[in-house]
Amino acid sequence: MAPRAVALSRGSAAAWAAGLAVAALTLGPVAAVLLRAGGWGDLGPGDWQALRFTLLQALASAGASVALAVPVARALARRRFRGRGALVALMGAPFILPVIVAVLGLIAVFGQNGLANGALRALGLPEMTIYGMHGVILAHVFFNLPLAVRLLLQGWLAIPAERFRLAASLGLSPWAMFRALEAPMLLRIAPGAFAVIFVICLSSFAVALTLGGGPRATTVELAIYQAVRFDFDLGRAALLSVIQLALALAAGLVALRLGAGSGFGAGLDRAHRRWDGQGPVARVLDGLWISLAAAFLLTPLGMVALRGLPGLAALGPGTWEAAVNSITVALVSTALCIAWALPLATRGGELVGLAGIALSPLVLGTGLFLIVRPYVNPFALALPVTMVVNALVALPFALRILRPEAEAVRAEYGCLALALGLSRWAWLRLVFLPRLRRPLGFAAGLTAALSMGDLGVIALFADPDRATLPLQVYRLMGSYQMQAAAGAALLLLLLSFGAFWIFDRGGRVNADA
Amino acid sequence: MKATTTFAAGLLTASAALAETPVLTVYAGDYIVSEWGPGPKIEEMFEAECDCDLQFKPGDLLPRILLEGERTEADIVFGLNTDVTKKARESGLFASHNVDLAPLTLPIEWEDEIFLPYNYGHTAFIYNTERLAEPPASFDALLEAPDDLKIVIQDPRSSISGLATVLWVQSVYGEGAEAAWEKLAPKILTVTKGWSESYGLFTDGEADMVMSYTTSPAYHIIAEDDRTKKAAIFPEGHYFMVELAAKVASTDQPELADDFLAFTMSEPFQEMIATGNWSFPAALPREKWPEGFKELELPEKVLFYSEDEAAALRDEAVEAWRRALSR
Repeated sequence: MAPRAVALSRGSAAAWAAGLAVAALTLGPVAAVLLRAGGWGDLGPGDWQALRFTLLQALASAGASVALAVPVARALARRRFRGRGALVALMGAPFILPVIVAVLGLIAVFGQNGLANGALRALGLPEMTIYGMHGVILAHVFFNLPLAVRLLLQGWLAIPAERFRLAASLGLSPWAMFRALEAPMLLRIAPGAFAVIFVICLSSFAVALTLGGGPRATTVELAIYQAVRFDFDLGRAALLSVIQLALALAAGLVALRLGAGSGFGAGLDRAHRRWDGQGPVARVLDGLWISLAAAFLLTPLGMVALRGLPGLAALGPGTWEAAVNSITVALVSTALCIAWALPLATRGGELVGLAGIALSPLVLGTGLFLIVRPYVNPFALALPVTMVVNALVALPFALRILRPEAEAVRAEYGCLALALGLSRWAWLRLVFLPRLRRPLGFAAGLTAALSMGDLGVIALFADPDRATLPLQVYRLMGSYQMQAAAGAALLLLLLSFGAFWIFDRGGRVNADA
Repeated sequence: MKATTTFAAGLLTASAALAETPVLTVYAGDYIVSEWGPGPKIEEMFEAECDCDLQFKPGDLLPRILLEGERTEADIVFGLNTDVTKKARESGLFASHNVDLAPLTLPIEWEDEIFLPYNYGHTAFIYNTERLAEPPASFDALLEAPDDLKIVIQDPRSSISGLATVLWVQSVYGEGAEAAWEKLAPKILTVTKGWSESYGLFTDGEADMVMSYTTSPAYHIIAEDDRTKKAAIFPEGHYFMVELAAKVASTDQPELADDFLAFTMSEPFQEMIATGNWSFPAALPREKWPEGFKELELPEKVLFYSEDEAAALRDEAVEAWRRALSR
């Protein structure tokens, strides 16, 4: 235990600084809003119902995402086939889509006029509707299943190949192997994946409203939006956002307790080979899971691409400029987020990091506006603020990806590094970063893609000359330019996915070896 | 070397000239400032006559100016809506516009000294004639229509047009508003956060009718030469929606701001705003409207709540909507 503590204490100053920065950027804005409001507001008539619905849908969405991710990730971990790498990367794309684009893609498949109903009609079967609680969950699973699959898949890949080898030479049955190797890994990884998805779904707003079918599907975030934009009731907004924050931190704490436990120790980085699951039934089942997940995740994306193609020609210079702005924002946010995440990749750090997505973007934006307004003109800060906020919002995902492996590296190599008397820089350069290569690539890709797509707090900090691409999509739609908007959405999808692919590829060098 | 010096001198002169040009800062909605909105044209037209630099600042209008208070750098706020003017007026941040209101051609009386209308429209359900040959002929008929007639509307808690919708139902049905919403509920396919999402769903063919404006068909007629999108006109009346500009009291360019407000009432501006913002011009007789707008069917009865009435009824109207649709 002592060597690990030493390894940790080396980074503790940086960890404290990073943690305090998160706290300042989340609690600071809430405090600023509260101060301006002059105290807490009251909850409105529909707020309790909204709170109940928010919790219910977030629990169901996170539960379904993680439960479905287990067989899909297992199948992907066990099977090797041509195009597997590309499929794994492509399947991550829904997570990084801007909400409005993804919703229109889903509706093109599951809507009244969508592919699914077309097929049902052709078969003479009754039609389905996507609008309702199940539509909200479906959409959240569409967004978050890819993240859950990747997090679990990474857990599978982090089990050293030697453990499977040992299990095979001991002649363990598939069930025994699952219990000895895979189940403990799942128990360690799944609660964290559940928590981070639960927290994203907590602040869902446009998805829940559009697919929920009406005020039954009101979330806390909508109430916050109403309080800030319509009623200018900042006290109520502050109260609601603190409730949201508390729920998220509670979920994080529970996940931390459940997900405690150590990994499998270090291995020799041999290529994975599985001796279980080679029977025909297992093969067919794995194939089925992979195809179902791929069809569910990729068809709506295909529809987004199909609808966007004619619009690509209609894109004006403003959209291309916005694309350049988005790329700049994404790259800076990524660098910032990774630098922020590395010292925070500990249990406590991950909990602190959750605050970034748990805080309502609107309250965050309003608070930051109140804080900087006396000193600087917020218009001049539009892009820098977007960069910092994107990094903050992506931080929990980066931490979820980095933390399990960062801890394992510290635990397994800390003693050795201490014995060798490695300097902090040598430790980072020779041991820590190279061993984190895969999760680092994944985390950087996800951050870049999220920052490309995220609208965040730009509403109050809008810059007349420098729009980002997501803002441009909304502007186009607001001016009846539906086709150009579809084109801009496709461009956004391509850029987000391109950024994700490049970073992730860099980190996945040995993923399918 | 000489060329460089001349160039540098030129730059100096240019920046000196820039420094002397007075700047008029206009806060406006995002849809106005975008390259498809009226913003760029307004800037071009006004700068041609004012010898000034008009700078649009996009974003959340009212929250932003309320947060900034008297320290705001805005001279003009462009794009407010009657349903939020009460809050804006009470803040005391706005000054009188000093504009003669006689040229206004609104379907209602307008005597506001602070908020100056520049264009208007009415709430209306838009349908596609190829899909719905016979739309409901009245609001009552819509309520009684079979439940497989699907409509999309906007949430009154997050969207101005959504708020206008509940006020429309309130003004048509009064005490019976909740019962009307209850009848409408099974036909409501979904409720979206804003107008864009709803209209996108409608143009994608998800719904038969979408809650929008009487002016929406003009876009399809003029920009796409498409006459299949029509507004269903109801004899019960349509709710009036107007967009407003106002002068900020703390402006450091009071004369320029006055000039700008007068400019919004001028004929060139009014002719441009119809197709610039896809709305009826507020001060232009019908015979001068662009061709596509003259084709539009206009409601015979126009419903409108003053800002005090709207403020008093708003919570009740939204609650009636929420209760009826939550069942």
